[in-house]
Amino acid sequence: MRLYLQKNHYGDYGDGHAGGLEQGSKQEGQKEWPLWEVFIRSKQGLDHKHVGSLHAADATMALENARDVYTRRNEGVSIWVVESKDIHASDPDAAAEFFEPANDKIYRHPSFYDLPDSLKHM
Amino acid sequence: MLQQTVQACISSDTQLQYILQLADNALILSHRNSQWCGHGPILEQDIALTNIALDQLGQARNLYQYAALLISEKTGITTTEDQLAYLRDGMEFKNVLIAELPNGDWAQTVLRNFLISSYQFFLYQELQHGSDVQLKAIADKSIKELTYHLRWSADWVVRLGDGTKESNARMVQALELLWNYTGEMLEPCDYELPFIATQSSFIKAAWEAKIAAVLAEARLDYPANEWMQTGGKKGVHTEHLGYLLAEMQFLQRAYPGLDW
Repeated sequence: MRLYLQKNHYGDYGDGHAGGLEQGSKQEGQKEWPLWEVFIRSKQGLDHKHVGSLHAADATMALENARDVYTRRNEGVSIWVVESKDIHASDPDAAAEFFEPANDKIYRHPSFYDLPDSLKHM
Repeated sequence: MLQQTVQACISSDTQLQYILQLADNALILSHRNSQWCGHGPILEQDIALTNIALDQLGQARNLYQYAALLISEKTGITTTEDQLAYLRDGMEFKNVLIAELPNGDWAQTVLRNFLISSYQFFLYQELQHGSDVQLKAIADKSIKELTYHLRWSADWVVRLGDGTKESNARMVQALELLWNYTGEMLEPCDYELPFIATQSSFIKAAWEAKIAAVLAEARLDYPANEWMQTGGKKGVHTEHLGYLLAEMQFLQRAYPGLDW
């Protein structure tokens, strides 16, 4: 028998571990609220960053919970929430074929140019 | 105990009583909500309600600081916000009765917050346009918080009222329990009259419309009973306030002036 050991990284949610409930299984008396991933934009002009997850019954509550849990110290000006089960994550075990082929293709990095001094913010 | 000169100053000054009434409402409700800390039905809501309790505590502090400043000026006796919160007895507290009632279950807790937040929301809007500059500044700061408290609590009233059979039954029960305590908020007493005589009927109408709209959305009947409990604003409280103060004031009573 082959034991399937999956290494979970923070922020990884494979389909098998997605929070929330399968479609159609919502019923009265369900105890667990679905899991939501929270993305916060900290200042105008910056993009939304994943900050964590939380439980909520629906999107409205997820936004309010995110506001209470993740923006108490003035962290954000905009919040996105998405149900964790809707996020499809790359398999950490497939990291080799996914990412390593890019390692030796250094010509894809713009590191062979001399930048003029007048160019800033590169 | 507050010094007698300070007590006399408060009981002869309608403005002070008016400010303290606003402050006591915020403090006592904050304290009740803070009792949920660590006991919320789910971590996220525990944090949400604790946040709200902290907002309310902040509002209470602003108001006590203002009252303390006025008292210090009038009597020449240095008075602090802590003294007003921790050294007054139950009969000197002017909060409405609905704020001091026990938390009960989650339905009762969110409904109480909804009923009071709606009132504060419309009241503070009037304070924003009042003549008292200090109260106006406090209201300006508080109104954003109150808008959120109202949104959060109304949301929960609808969730539970229009939820499962169990949640609806609990909300109906909570409404029955709390309704007779709502009228006190809307009827200005003698020391409030000089400040909100003209606005109070508008606040009442706005409050009733808001409550009716949310109850309808929550599939709850607008209660028909009109007899209302009163007394809190004049210092006549339920037995629950004594226990609340005994816990809240214990440290300052046992170790006067303790600081950390």
